[in-house]
Amino acid sequence: MSDEPSDRDDASGEPEDGSPTDGGVDSGDPSADDSLTDRFAALPRWQSDLLLIVATVLGVYVFIAGLGLVTGLGFGGVTRTLRTVTFLAAAYALVVLALNLHWGYTGLFNIGVAGFMAVGAYTMAIATADIDPGATGTPGLGLPVPVGIVLGMVAAGLVGLIVVLPALRIRADYFAIVTLAFAEVIRLLITSGALREFEVLGRELGTGGGAGINFARLDTVVPSWILYRGGTIEQGTNLFGRQLLTVTNALGIERTLVENWLYTLTLVLLVAAVFWLLVRTGNSPFGRVLKAIREDELATKSLGKNTDLVKIKVFVLGCAIMGLAGIVWQGRNGYVDPNAFLPIVTFYIFIALIIGGSGSNTGSVIGAFVFIGLLFEGPPYVQRIVRQNVDLPRPDTVYDGVVALGGLDPLPLLGYVVGQLPNIRFILFGAILIGLMIYRPDGLLGHRNEPASPIDLRRERPPTAGPSSSARADGGESDE
Amino acid sequence: MSEAERSDVSGSELDAVSDHPLSVSNVEKRFGGVVAVDGASFSVERGTITGLIGPNGAGKSTTFNLITGVYTPDSGNIVFEGEEITGLGPNGVANRGLVRTFQIARELSEMTVLENMLLAFKGQLGESLWRSVTPIARREVVAEERELLERVWEILELFEIDHLAHERAGALSGGQRKLLELSRALLTDPEMLLLDEPMAGVNPSLEKKLLERIHELREEGYTFLLVEHDMDVIMDNCEHVIVMHQGRVLSEGTPAEIQADERVIEAYLGGEV
Amino acid sequence: MEIEAVRGRVSGLSWEQRFGLLLVAGVVVMILDVIRRLAVGELAFTTLSTFLWRGLVDGLLIGLAAVGLSMTYSILRFANFSHGDLVTTGAFTGWTTAWVIGGVGVTDIGTRLLINADGSSSARELDLQIFAEPLAIVGGLIVAAIGTILIALAIDRLVYRRMRTAGGIPLLIASVGVALALRYVIVFFYGERTRGVVRSSPRLEHPAIFWTESIVVHQFVLVVSAVILIVGLHLLLQYTKLGKAMRAMADNRDLALVTGIPTERVILATWVIGAGLTGVAGYLIVLEQETLNFNTGWFLLLLIFAAVILGGIGSIYGAITGGLIIGVADNLMLVWISGDLTRVAAFLLMILILIFRPQGLFGGVETA
Repeated sequence: MSDEPSDRDDASGEPEDGSPTDGGVDSGDPSADDSLTDRFAALPRWQSDLLLIVATVLGVYVFIAGLGLVTGLGFGGVTRTLRTVTFLAAAYALVVLALNLHWGYTGLFNIGVAGFMAVGAYTMAIATADIDPGATGTPGLGLPVPVGIVLGMVAAGLVGLIVVLPALRIRADYFAIVTLAFAEVIRLLITSGALREFEVLGRELGTGGGAGINFARLDTVVPSWILYRGGTIEQGTNLFGRQLLTVTNALGIERTLVENWLYTLTLVLLVAAVFWLLVRTGNSPFGRVLKAIREDELATKSLGKNTDLVKIKVFVLGCAIMGLAGIVWQGRNGYVDPNAFLPIVTFYIFIALIIGGSGSNTGSVIGAFVFIGLLFEGPPYVQRIVRQNVDLPRPDTVYDGVVALGGLDPLPLLGYVVGQLPNIRFILFGAILIGLMIYRPDGLLGHRNEPASPIDLRRERPPTAGPSSSARADGGESDE
Repeated sequence: MSEAERSDVSGSELDAVSDHPLSVSNVEKRFGGVVAVDGASFSVERGTITGLIGPNGAGKSTTFNLITGVYTPDSGNIVFEGEEITGLGPNGVANRGLVRTFQIARELSEMTVLENMLLAFKGQLGESLWRSVTPIARREVVAEERELLERVWEILELFEIDHLAHERAGALSGGQRKLLELSRALLTDPEMLLLDEPMAGVNPSLEKKLLERIHELREEGYTFLLVEHDMDVIMDNCEHVIVMHQGRVLSEGTPAEIQADERVIEAYLGGEV
Repeated sequence: MEIEAVRGRVSGLSWEQRFGLLLVAGVVVMILDVIRRLAVGELAFTTLSTFLWRGLVDGLLIGLAAVGLSMTYSILRFANFSHGDLVTTGAFTGWTTAWVIGGVGVTDIGTRLLINADGSSSARELDLQIFAEPLAIVGGLIVAAIGTILIALAIDRLVYRRMRTAGGIPLLIASVGVALALRYVIVFFYGERTRGVVRSSPRLEHPAIFWTESIVVHQFVLVVSAVILIVGLHLLLQYTKLGKAMRAMADNRDLALVTGIPTERVILATWVIGAGLTGVAGYLIVLEQETLNFNTGWFLLLLIFAAVILGGIGSIYGAITGGLIIGVADNLMLVWISGDLTRVAAFLLMILILIFRPQGLFGGVETA
């Protein structure tokens, strides 16, 4: 170790930069002081990341539950909100992770996310809808739900392939416009009368046009697989179902509530699986090529990497995950319609990713929870709580509020503002995006560089620490 | 790599190949109406440090980009180790063993020096997506990564930048980045290195170090082609010099011959007026 | 033999040229088909002329809005996703003015200021149309321009000015933020309701002058205003120092900086001209479609982008031409496909051009 400093001097020999020391990493050694941040930094990467995610999720929960309970929303209301938040945050986390793979890792600026989600959800809907839905419904293929899910992912991936193949070489901002336009084309096609019902190989199919199409209730289907034999309630509970329902019955929890939570928890597990997949993708030589493409594609090519092929793979994989996210996200409604996939959905996802910090899988999950729990569901929740506790006037227009304020009565204006909270949050979204871009372009967590290697490079040390460096210097000189 | 293809080449040509791994013939490139390279032909002898010089706008950089596949020539062809590499694209050319560095070092600035270096190895198992994520196959990837790391440390120590291993590459000084680029290029296991102004923005003490490395590597059998503005560097270090002017090869020879060549002096003076 | 020769010639072309050839071929086939349909009687001449006239009207509106987007794209170097909401801003500021003026003595100031947000009045009650309330309509037009300019400048000062050195993508993302904030600030004041804000246009029966049986006066006003603005813009760009500086900066910003062009002043002018035209476009769009909604501009954004890209980013004449092509195509497509698919065709065309001819149909930025 004693040779280290001298080594540093003779290597660069450049005064201008000094040595941008790697001391930050060194000081993570056990001898360091035991302040909380240091101890946190000393944890293995996955532990500190997990801790961050859990802390964020708990923080969001505590905030929601605390606010609700203190203001007398009641246990039922709080749990309902928590479940909605968990469900939405999990669905968003999936798609934010996929976008992070595209943009955060590889630099593919895809703003057509809503379109790929739509392809997944609609393929699933058409695949699983009844062959003969009666007079009002739209006919489908009547396939089982799991097949539909797989088909949805495959279709989203294929559409991704169609988009990315010609667009491999265009500039990032053009790529953005191309993907956005493509997403709109998909949405307009789904809405159009031409595809409302059509025939393929003699079978009636359709998107249902603007009215939408029936969609399997995943929030009952999936819990049924878990709880009941053969996946249907008629055949009675299976072993796990019986045990679980016995416990929940004893606690006085309704079965529908159990089923709903089971679906939400399945989603959380799905997020964990995708997270694991993408962390592995990132922390590998493959992930290293992705990061390199983001940094400088020509330099990466000049090292012999087939960047086109890598970009195609990543884009297709990400689109398939987006398709999956579209499916599970719509799984609670019983139907799906084109308005669920307006371009603004893509921008929600971007906000979530940018909050967490693009380039970080951990940040993606955290961003999804913060966005859904605090920003998206927060304002309406606050509105509900305020309205439950305070009897504010509800003027029709802001003008009435201002007039009342002129008469020294601030309550009508306040009431108007509370009434507008769901809209005000969009102003907030905009302000957050702008603020982050100006002040914290790396996201709330700051700059996080996730290691692009299957081993934790931060802990790697040169195999020959000391003596060899002097020998090496001799060797170098003797050649001359 | 492609013994079969190479054996197609007839005997005398094979000799030519073994002497001159790279040959460029009648290469042309136009941008709109401007002719950047106008039928340039030259070849580079094995195991030499060859310099490519010329006044501004002579077409050196374009030639470099044509050889390395960044641009595709409008006509003419480029042969490397007996195989046509015209139009292969940067990654195709690099995979044949012809690896370049850039005038302004293109380190991957948000990645650490270690990550930059590890990227360079060709044909890594872990560059396949499924191998990187599948539990059992990943073990091989990890094992391979450990082996690669050993080689990375060797090279980092050789270039004396091992203490920077955990730095963000973007935080390095200009000279350090040039060292990083050269050492990274070496890890691709090249046959020949093309260096685009390797000394630009490098301070004198580091320049000496870089040149020492280049000479050592030449002695190990690597071939170098360098574009350089600094005449002293070219004249002191190259065995052979190619002079380009107005998109063509104006003159070729040893540094001494070039320095005595009237046409070269004229071209440079003409360029400055 | 000849086929071989043709094949040889085609394979010698670049992708770009092949794409151009295909495009021209497609257009020729479509024109021939229109003629055939006219001849056979499948398509009435009056229908065709209606399509073309509406295409011209839509095209001028899109073109006006596209000029601003094209200018900011080339001079500030980013795709401004809040441009659609500047259209909306023009519509709201302009029509607020029209209501404030036109509704004097008819309804109370609160209703007028918020363009009937409470639904207590109507355009019919105000009789808001060009012959009955010319002052209100023209006043609205002027304020639409001024209001949009002021808001665009305020946004530039608050947001984009702090990001002059940032790359195109951070600016693009920030512009998405601006779009959201601006749109929902409008919602905060005016509400989400779609409302009719102007009466149906009066008509003039003059079959002798025009090929149609009557002219819709509002459309006539619209076309005349747009043409005047475009001619004015042309004069400004060609014959003033400012115009030359702007063209120089659109061509090559770095060079312009070196040659001492006052960048910030050019940027200011860009916003003034771009936002002014955009605001007017927003106002006129509502004059034609008679209804107003906070999403009016946002829904047009991609069409405006299509116009800009068709004409070549940075080219002002290109943007107007692109707007006209998009407008005419969007209407003329109705000959072949149903109304809910014309936009799909426009977007697909835009995607193809971005991929195969990113410099636009007419080349580069050299035309300014």
